[in-house]
Amino acid sequence: MTTSSNLQDFVTQVRRDILRQVHKVNSGHPGGSLGCAEFFSVLFKEVLETKADFNMNGEDEDLFFLSNGHISPVYYSVLARSGYFPVEELNTFRHINSRLQGHPTTHEGLPGVRIASGSLGQGMSVAIGAALTKKLNKDEHLVYSLHGDGELQEGQNWEAIMYAAGKKVDNLIATVDYNGQQIDGSTDDVLPMGDLKAKFEAFGWLVLEEDNGNDIDAVRNILSKAKSKTGQGQPVVILLKTVMGNGVDFMMHTHAWHGKAPNDEQLEIGLNQNPETLGDY
Amino acid sequence: MKTYENTGNIDTRSGFGAGLEELGNSNPDVVALCADLTGSLKMDAFKDQHPDRFFQVGIAEANMMGIAAGMTIGGKIPFTGTFANFSTGRVYDQIRQSIAYSGKNVKICASHAGLTLGEDGATHQILEDLGLMKMLPGMTVINTCDFNQTKAATIAIAEHQGPVYLRFGRPKVANFTPENQSFEIGKAVKLQDGNDVTIVAIGHLVWEALEAAKALNEKGISAEVINIHTIKPLDEEAIVASAKKTGCIVTAEEHNFLGGLGESVARTLAQYQPTPQEFVATQDTFGESGTPAQLMEKYGLNSAAIVEKVIKVIARK
Repeated sequence: MTTSSNLQDFVTQVRRDILRQVHKVNSGHPGGSLGCAEFFSVLFKEVLETKADFNMNGEDEDLFFLSNGHISPVYYSVLARSGYFPVEELNTFRHINSRLQGHPTTHEGLPGVRIASGSLGQGMSVAIGAALTKKLNKDEHLVYSLHGDGELQEGQNWEAIMYAAGKKVDNLIATVDYNGQQIDGSTDDVLPMGDLKAKFEAFGWLVLEEDNGNDIDAVRNILSKAKSKTGQGQPVVILLKTVMGNGVDFMMHTHAWHGKAPNDEQLEIGLNQNPETLGDY
Repeated sequence: MKTYENTGNIDTRSGFGAGLEELGNSNPDVVALCADLTGSLKMDAFKDQHPDRFFQVGIAEANMMGIAAGMTIGGKIPFTGTFANFSTGRVYDQIRQSIAYSGKNVKICASHAGLTLGEDGATHQILEDLGLMKMLPGMTVINTCDFNQTKAATIAIAEHQGPVYLRFGRPKVANFTPENQSFEIGKAVKLQDGNDVTIVAIGHLVWEALEAAKALNEKGISAEVINIHTIKPLDEEAIVASAKKTGCIVTAEEHNFLGGLGESVARTLAQYQPTPQEFVATQDTFGESGTPAQLMEKYGLNSAAIVEKVIKVIARK
């Protein structure tokens, strides 16, 4: 297992990758990406059981689906630094003729991506479908998914949440990036979602809460606990409290950096707060 | 003129059910999903014989499309079943992103298309679905004409890699194409040879086109009848060849004239063989309650309407 200290180096490098990707093309979504750096790093470096070569069908391996596709910068960085494609390719993020589209897609054949996402609210249904196929194939590996909290305002999620519990899809671990922010403001300002824990429980899910979603050990522990709860007749959801913009002080605790790139000076400040660890691309 | 025997009126949705039942036994990767319309879609036989591969998702079509997309990951071939309206307009973005753009091997099977759904009225009578679906890159779009062809198409699309929209209907209609035929996606079937006009039809209008050809023959007009069945990819070669021979064309479909078969044929002809064309289709309108026959007459979608348009288009040659 990777230790916390060297996984912290990984996370720091991922933050640099996020900032540099969005800065170069002056677009993209750094806020949510930074907030999920620890989750992605732990998931891909320590939790997911995957095969060396990417295969769309993903048989006999764990699967991950990103539903809130706009946080592609963190997804791409972690995929690249986990060996799915050359790290240098991060240079092409959002450029013409790139496999690294603004929102992730299978369309350009990028290894690691099994579904297009970006139009919100669709990923949980897809994850459920993949989990059902795993059951049919007697494949005991798990399906993981990540969703924004604001994304839960999309109604399709609640169809999926009802289905997963009602049909006992217990090989699925969904995580909600619970940062309380969305484009127009805080989730409470835009559309209060009330008690998410009570809502998931009322639908029949097993709910785990983690208040330190930007702490590597906490993320590691909660994912481990979630895995131990699978196979028991209930889908599992982690409500993972994170800080949007985490690791770059002026981007934290605000929705302002949801979909805005730093300028040259802001990039410099952000990079200084996250010194190079594994080598920039 | 060839004669076609109606071996007995039966609904095209039952052809889908029969095809799905056969696939259930021949292809273990085929799974079926339904949004609370198992009986209406004639999916009972598959459900009863393969309960482990049948997924009742409830009245939640968006979720059904997403689950179907996800089920392809691991090698399943999902067939979704609900009404055409709920298979397309209601779930367009789910199909666009999770199925079409993601290139997933999902078969979207849609019953109760068009006016012939009948008494339920316009909320359920979608006349825009072919346009919606043919606009999606990579989507194959099929509208079959009778029980036998629908059964054959259902079996054929399981072998096709990629998303497919298969449209069929509710009413009992003539069954006249060969039993146990093989269905070739994108390959037109010429039902009548003719010299004066070409009639290109899909779905329930194919039988009406044959009836129209008989009536025209009595008036001394020789009509070529093409059962095109696949709107996308369109058999352009067959259309252009026939238009070259007859010099005018009528398209017939149970769909809005905007976005349907007629426009696809017109685009083809404009590009390769400019030809006078008339359209048997609804005229940018919603439907209403009524019996299928009443509606098809009121909205000009029967053999009499085809004859009228043929006479009109021949005059334009």
